[in-house]
Amino acid sequence: MYPADLRYDKEHEWVKVDGDVATIGISDFAQEQLGEVVYVDLPSVGDPVTRGESFGEIESVKSVSELFAPVSGEVVEVNPELQDTPEVINQDSYGVGWMIKVKMSDPGELDELMTAKDYESFVAQEA
Amino acid sequence: MSEVLLRTPLYEEHLALGGRMVPFAGWEMPVQYSGIIEEHRAVRERVGIFDVSHMAEFRLFGFGVSEALQRIVTNDVDKIGQLGSAMYTLMCDEDGGIIDDLIVYHTGDLEYMVVGNAANRGTDWDWITEHLPDTVEAVDESDRTALIAVQGPRALAVIRELAQPGFEAPPRFSIAEATLGGTPVLVARTGYTGEDGVEIVCHVSNAVGIWRALLSFQEVTPCGLGARDTLRLEMGYALYGTDMDRGVDPISAGLGWTVSLQKGDFIGREAIARIKEAGPVRKLVGLDVPDGVPRHGYAVLHDGVEVGKVASGTFSPTLGHGIGTAYVPTALAVPGTELSVALRRKHATATVVRPPFVTRTSLSAVSS
Repeated sequence: MYPADLRYDKEHEWVKVDGDVATIGISDFAQEQLGEVVYVDLPSVGDPVTRGESFGEIESVKSVSELFAPVSGEVVEVNPELQDTPEVINQDSYGVGWMIKVKMSDPGELDELMTAKDYESFVAQEA
Repeated sequence: MSEVLLRTPLYEEHLALGGRMVPFAGWEMPVQYSGIIEEHRAVRERVGIFDVSHMAEFRLFGFGVSEALQRIVTNDVDKIGQLGSAMYTLMCDEDGGIIDDLIVYHTGDLEYMVVGNAANRGTDWDWITEHLPDTVEAVDESDRTALIAVQGPRALAVIRELAQPGFEAPPRFSIAEATLGGTPVLVARTGYTGEDGVEIVCHVSNAVGIWRALLSFQEVTPCGLGARDTLRLEMGYALYGTDMDRGVDPISAGLGWTVSLQKGDFIGREAIARIKEAGPVRKLVGLDVPDGVPRHGYAVLHDGVEVGKVASGTFSPTLGHGIGTAYVPTALAVPGTELSVALRRKHATATVVRPPFVTRTSLSAVSS
């Protein structure tokens, strides 16, 4: 449920690192808590994002929540699928449900994120 | 704030079905099982069942009960003169403020059952009993009564399978005795989803048996309060506490059709007649929001100026976009008026419409 090759933050985003580019999405726990996703509001390519600050919004039938950037940098790609089929986040939050790719300005920030194991115990406390 | 939440007789069933339990009106209720949209679709396409045992049930009986009720509620009790018939009505205070919305069932000779909102149980009971003459007895049956709503185009087919041989469903807005899976119950042809279906009234000790018997049908889906809310809002059915409360009169709430000014005197009549005569200052309207989801409390704007707040708001699974209600100045309550809703990050266009938002359901087929 929490892939070992990803890093996680306390707001339930995950990060997958490839060189200096970080792919960002939300964890399976987060999508489960939200319920069926009906809208996602994401930044555009070229927009800056800052670790710990909101980069968008995710909305389910019942509620709307902020998305928080786990790392800082510049958006280089946005998942085009999510505009019309946001429900893929429920189906596969680590795969086709990814949200944005960010060219990191400070890869050192990655050290502040949790491993899958740490995140799993963090979630166990939250639930 | 720690509050002891009440549990319905189906609490353990909800847990076993993976229901996500939330506090609601002092009760611990399932908001969803498989997912709100999935449950919503089950009701629009097949059958969904809802535990609504948290609702309040009062039984009133004795000589003069019809006349007493006639003074307490806004609708005309003579409309349900026939045994087994039922009606939707409001109960107002002297100023026309809405105390609750109710369904009144004519369950017997000199006897009525009143079903009200869970959150208003105490208020309703006090108000009703204060206004009853000595000849009428009132019993609060809520603690021993369970209520299960069975809703959807296939609901009656399921009920027929479970009922005694020769069972015929009561007509729309009627109630009748029946035997479901060997258990004596009342079957009311009412609901809050816009689909055809029934609400089963039974003793709490029989609720689990009936719930399980219903779920033994493959086409029956358990549904939570989340789907109940999206279904009712698609139909434009008002929700007490959100679309109306003590501070609002029936005319402003768009519920003038539940008020019979010609039936004779009743509590709130004068005030309501005055508001109707003068015209309401604000009115509850439907909002169609194609690009976003309005939520309770969001500002509603006209030409950039705030003119009201969203009362009810949600994502409509049937339409695939946002819908809501809001009180706006009467001049802006005309269908087609372009307003906007302040979402968290942007303003979204909101067009005033006359609910229902969804018009083709199994109920519209029955009613027409």
